Amino acid sequence: MSQIADLQRTASQVRRDIVRMVSQAKSGHPGGSLGCADFLTTLYFHTMDRKDGFQMDGKGEDMFFLSNGHISPVWYSVLARSGYFPVAELGTFRHINSRLQGHPTTHEGLPGVRVASGSLGQGMSVAIGAALSKRLDGDQHLVYCLTGDGELQEGQVWEAALFAAHHQVDNLIVTVDWNGQQIDGSTDEVMSLRDLPAKWAAFGWDVLHMNGNDMTDVVAVLDQAKARTGKGKPVVILMKTEMGYGVDFMMGSHKWHGIAPNAEQTETALAQLAETLGDY
Amino acid sequence: METQTQTDTLFGRFAVTGKQATRDGFGLGLSAVGATHPHAVALCADLLGSLKMDDFVKQWPERFFQTGISEANMMGIAAGLATGGKIPFTGTFANFSTGRVYDQIRQSIAYSHKNVKICASHAGLTLGEDGATHQILEDIGLMKMLPGMTVINPCDANQTKAATIAIADHHGPVYLRFGRPGWPVFIPADEPFVIGKALPIKRGEAVSIFATGHLVWQAMEAVKTLEAQGISCELINIHTIKPLDEAAIIESVTRTGCAVSCEEHNRLGGLGDSIAQTLARHRPAPQEYVAVDDSFGESGKPEELLVKYGLAPQDIVQAVHRAIKRKG
Repeated sequence: MSQIADLQRTASQVRRDIVRMVSQAKSGHPGGSLGCADFLTTLYFHTMDRKDGFQMDGKGEDMFFLSNGHISPVWYSVLARSGYFPVAELGTFRHINSRLQGHPTTHEGLPGVRVASGSLGQGMSVAIGAALSKRLDGDQHLVYCLTGDGELQEGQVWEAALFAAHHQVDNLIVTVDWNGQQIDGSTDEVMSLRDLPAKWAAFGWDVLHMNGNDMTDVVAVLDQAKARTGKGKPVVILMKTEMGYGVDFMMGSHKWHGIAPNAEQTETALAQLAETLGDY
Repeated sequence: METQTQTDTLFGRFAVTGKQATRDGFGLGLSAVGATHPHAVALCADLLGSLKMDDFVKQWPERFFQTGISEANMMGIAAGLATGGKIPFTGTFANFSTGRVYDQIRQSIAYSHKNVKICASHAGLTLGEDGATHQILEDIGLMKMLPGMTVINPCDANQTKAATIAIADHHGPVYLRFGRPGWPVFIPADEPFVIGKALPIKRGEAVSIFATGHLVWQAMEAVKTLEAQGISCELINIHTIKPLDEAAIIESVTRTGCAVSCEEHNRLGGLGDSIAQTLARHRPAPQEYVAVDDSFGESGKPEELLVKYGLAPQDIVQAVHRAIKRKG
């Protein structure tokens, strides 16, 4: 269980980074970022087979695409903590002349990012393209993609879902951050996704479930998902998370989707998150 | 016969050798690229026959991806394939290659610097009978506004083939625009295609006519009339609208003193506006537009539509007279 404990320690630091980045920038998206901290920490520190350094084409290694680009704080933190760029650079988030744009982009050459995202619904298509490229190259490595649940209201997601099943893109693992919240309220209130597992199954995907805020489950389900690749179906993990997880006053509400905590709230939040790897 | 001889004299090596659609040139170019570029891949959104991509699919089925009627997804997949080091060529109609998927191109391809070739057929009015829903006249404007996007609108089948081959070796996103109808072929098959380099069709002294796409042929027809009237015309083919060969435009207009732009596109945002901007910044001179006057198209035969919407040779002749008159 030391592996789980290690991941939890890293995730705690990632959550501190998120709160501090958003607080410093006085803008950004803490809610979804905090909810996905356990997943992204596990993906980068346990699941993916990654090379040292960064190559855009990702040949000979697993690749990850973030479709819901607004949760850039969690990804930037995990990328920095994984060694893609200096941890100190997290302090430039959303500032002018920074590689850490509000939404992730290749434009400033930030290592670890392979496509811009932010305008929703596009990442899955890009991930499929990358997976097809690996197939053409005979590269056995996998492609991962994270998408939001509100994002599933974009039609392009379902175009991509049709395509991946039709073309048997089975070197692809898509995870849906199923936190049930979006900007204007809960997904049920705004535009109900109804029976999500049945939808994905009907589209021809292999459907897995995960508790995205239980590190043991995150590790286990990601391992399971990897074992389910190469069997003719794309794999989707429906990951239940709580928006704002780890900071009590941010949890479970859409209100912290896209606002920054003030100085006092930041202090309260950081008191709940152990500094394990050293703040940037 | 007399006309043919006259054309040969006027346009030198640019003599008509037959009739072929520019989309046929694309299909031939794509197969040529397939043979020389193992990383070239093709995608199509349910329009294989219209885009003339059949031969590529037959020769390299593993390098072709049918996306069905989902253009947004196709653009994203192309971006992903490019990320993995492939050279994707997407194929669908110009309308569905641009306006329909603008944000996908903007974010996943242009902003992300992806090496995707967006190949668009059935552009402009000459699509004909299908009408305005499919006759996009805004695509050049849409695409040229994207930073880093190369925009090419070849004028005949040979040039389209050459352009298709050329863009495979150009690293970066490209919009390649071509059309549906059979069209005179007059660019020699061995004419080199250089992205961003204007192609002089004829030298002259009284006016600089800058034409792109199908309108190059219309301009050649107009030049025959104008020369018979004793007006010495310079005709330059601007196949690459971005990056624009500003030096060639400035050099020509410096000699002639006026310009006429010809394009199968809305007057707003097309080649004419790019030329006007160049002239305004570097060499102010009178300019007349031959373009669709800020309107949608309609159903009809291509030649009927070109007349009705002011893109016929006589429209170019009149525009030249106006431009010369304005020189003062």
